[in-house]
Amino acid sequence: MEKQLYELTLKEAIDVAKAEGPWEIIRAVIDRTALLNPRLNAFVRFEPEHFLKKSRKSEDFKGVLSGAPLSVKDNICIHGCETTCASKILRGHVPPYDATVIRKLGDAGAFFLGQCNMDEFAFGSSCETSAYGAVKNPWDIERVPGGSSGGSAVAVAADMTIAALGSDTGGSIRQPAALCGVVGLKPTYGRVSRYGLIAFGSSFDQIGPITKTVEDSAILMNLISGFDPHDSTSVNQTVPDYTKALARNVKGLRIGLPKEYFVEGIDPEVETKVREAANVLKQLGAQIKTISLPHTAYAVAVYYIVAVAEASSNLGRFDGVQYGLRAPGKNLLEMYFETRNQGFGEEAKRRILLGNFVLSAGYYEAYYRKGQKVRTLIRKDFEEAFKEVDLILTPTSPTPAFKINEKISDPLAMYLSDIFTIPANLVGIPAMSLPCGFTEKGLPIGVQLMAKPFDEEGIFRAAFALEQEIRIYKRKPKL
Amino acid sequence: MNTKIQYEPVIGLEVHVQLSTKSKLFCACSTQFGEAPNQNTCPVCMGWPGSLPVLNEEALKLAVRVGLALHCQVSEKIKFDRKNYFYPDLPKAYQISQYDMPVNKLGWVEIEIQNGKEIQKKKIGITRAHLEEDAGKLLHEGVKDGSLVDYNRAGTPLLEIVSEPEIYSPKEAYEYLKTLKMILEYLEVSDCNMEEGSLRCDANISVRPVGEMKLGTKTEIKNMNSFRAVERALNYEIGRQMEMAAQGEKILQETRLWDETSGQTFSMRSKEEAHDYRYFPEPDLVPFRIAREMMDSIQKALPELPAARAKRFQDDYQLSAYDASVLTQEKALANYFEACVKEGSDPKTACNWILSEVLALLNAKCISVKDSPVQPKDLLGMLRLIEDKTISGKIAKEILPLMFETMKSAADIVQSRGLTQVNDAQLLEDLADKIVQANPVLVEDYRAGKKKALAFFVGQIMKETKGKANPQLVNEILVKKLGG
Repeated sequence: MEKQLYELTLKEAIDVAKAEGPWEIIRAVIDRTALLNPRLNAFVRFEPEHFLKKSRKSEDFKGVLSGAPLSVKDNICIHGCETTCASKILRGHVPPYDATVIRKLGDAGAFFLGQCNMDEFAFGSSCETSAYGAVKNPWDIERVPGGSSGGSAVAVAADMTIAALGSDTGGSIRQPAALCGVVGLKPTYGRVSRYGLIAFGSSFDQIGPITKTVEDSAILMNLISGFDPHDSTSVNQTVPDYTKALARNVKGLRIGLPKEYFVEGIDPEVETKVREAANVLKQLGAQIKTISLPHTAYAVAVYYIVAVAEASSNLGRFDGVQYGLRAPGKNLLEMYFETRNQGFGEEAKRRILLGNFVLSAGYYEAYYRKGQKVRTLIRKDFEEAFKEVDLILTPTSPTPAFKINEKISDPLAMYLSDIFTIPANLVGIPAMSLPCGFTEKGLPIGVQLMAKPFDEEGIFRAAFALEQEIRIYKRKPKL
Repeated sequence: MNTKIQYEPVIGLEVHVQLSTKSKLFCACSTQFGEAPNQNTCPVCMGWPGSLPVLNEEALKLAVRVGLALHCQVSEKIKFDRKNYFYPDLPKAYQISQYDMPVNKLGWVEIEIQNGKEIQKKKIGITRAHLEEDAGKLLHEGVKDGSLVDYNRAGTPLLEIVSEPEIYSPKEAYEYLKTLKMILEYLEVSDCNMEEGSLRCDANISVRPVGEMKLGTKTEIKNMNSFRAVERALNYEIGRQMEMAAQGEKILQETRLWDETSGQTFSMRSKEEAHDYRYFPEPDLVPFRIAREMMDSIQKALPELPAARAKRFQDDYQLSAYDASVLTQEKALANYFEACVKEGSDPKTACNWILSEVLALLNAKCISVKDSPVQPKDLLGMLRLIEDKTISGKIAKEILPLMFETMKSAADIVQSRGLTQVNDAQLLEDLADKIVQANPVLVEDYRAGKKKALAFFVGQIMKETKGKANPQLVNEILVKKLGG
């Protein structure tokens, strides 16, 4: 049976669009999304008309992407297009500028379909905290898609977009990618400009691609990477052609399996499939060895101190003064209280309170400062490990997709969903999740590959080999 | 026995100086004062979600320049922090500032205090001078319900200069501010315009029994709009605190506002209401090291500062300490003086004319030295006419205001008004004879010892010559004619 146009990978879509123009593909994707979005809730705003108006001329679609339709998470600013972080407090907020990644992709001929649903302000691992309602996992609509970039992952998995951008602060690209059976890459901190990404944890956040294949991920990384004079944390380092790393050759590659990531609590099916993936790489010529990252146990705790501290400060500006929601109040203080009380959801409030607490006088040393010190220890773990190995292979998530409402009232259980993804953000290294199998119930399982700073190429090399060998990306959810 | 405890005040000052960069501290917006509200704004200084700061290197250079001039240790590592609080003029709900690693620390300023006829020198320690961004401004005028915000000022670079609590009187505080402002103007890092808010000052003050080393509970005073206001507010606050201390009342740690009209300070917020700013390192700006070459080039480019220049004026031009100090208070004035000297004027003469006549005329017309209609070469032209006896000093004093008004040269004015000095001895002698003959009584008086009578005769000759007679010559002739 011939592939539907909406099923095309980015690589295929670019080839078709180059030959025949992008319109047929765009039309197919629009129809597909119109059909599925009511069920999956992957998009908070599906406004291709907006971009049609913006880019009527077909020369806009030249570039590398030739008009291939993409979607972005609702926390990446698009000029003139409402951007809300799936929060009530930003309803009506229309950015007066484009995020750097939007500008770069636009210049490369991207056609933006709309903005994807997410956990409010990227606070969550299940896409249940969105002001627009929960997102459903296309493999089982009673289950969560993961989060916070769940909308982007679902849109890619369900062929509602050709590819998407997400953002990753503690696993927000990789965990939903794993739970939805797609490829998600969190680049090295500083590889991709954060300018225009509405900040959650500024020293953790990175924008990255969520795609159907490893190759698509490399294509997007070629376009969005690089130094940005508007982002002082972006790094001025040459961007290689990542597609060149897509050779099916892992001979001699040293891959470490940290023993702290294969412990009790991890779903047996997940462990089996991840170990199988390691074996596949071994058979292809990689060396597999067990390593240790001794401070792993502290990663979640450190993250929920430092990241929420930054978040509490980053979210201060949502005060009803300039943009978004403003609740009436008798005086300034009451306006602040009411706006923030009505505008923020439960999880956002929890993190703001926690963040303010760890930064407050008398607690800073005990929490924030100590958290940063432990962060340094975790970084040293990885520096040591990367003396022995080129890549680290782990499960992306300890479990496959869980049921909607299963963990929403137990924040600690929810936070542990990111136990394997958080360390890469603490350290700033690149990490990818790619599908490595399915559970008996048919839920996707993701394997995570981590590399040294700026060694995205190493990840692409191993991920491509693994993907081509197991070829499970061809399996689609029944919708 | 009734011994009264003597108290002394201890004062520390926080000065905010707006650094005169073209663009703001973290974005490319203009810092131009007086534009229409919210004209000089962009997503960065408006704190729009997703925007990020990028440090303006020029502001850092100016900050280092000040640090070096204030003898500070300049930090090689530059790091910023967030100071979190809510206020509508603060668009991000945090101010990017420097907390535990200021760009400059541990410096000093030397001030001079006039004590009777004596000038005492004293060093005031500088705790720190750090970079931070300014906030916007609330507008209430013409708004019925609520307020408006103008973000033009948001993000303009400030240097906060914090002194040690080593200032022991309002007068010292005034001198400290004056000296600091002088240095900043010499460095050309700020307009130092208090009215436009490019220089602001808050004061921390406490009192303690004389001899006690421990500091008393301090209050912070805000809202002082001139150096004189600082002096007045401190005087008031010292009185208030001393009275409370004398009566055994507890002084509360609080922030107080100075009210210029009533001449009093009023409580604004207590320590309990004080903000917890939740400082933490600004993650959007990566810490970095200042390049050695940059530091060296700033050091090399430091101009001569007022104290050094005053010293040189004393040494090179034999001016008095007082004259040298007044001349160097303003860079432009000192430049004016030196230009006159370079053109060939006698230093002392130039100094006298500048400090008396020129300054008086400028002040009366509210013109800055830079914009003076009489430039050094013009003044010098006039001084030459005195030297070659074309005009007398007295006539010169009449000519100078005309030069200010007409912007004509002294020579032109002398020519057109016929003010050339009468140096004709024969003519003056004839005049003297006439007047001596006409006033025999006064001549007798003079000869009897009333030397003051001479002034009358001089005056008469001046009257006859419309003030143009060479006074020295007239004197000589008269003394000779009158004898005695």
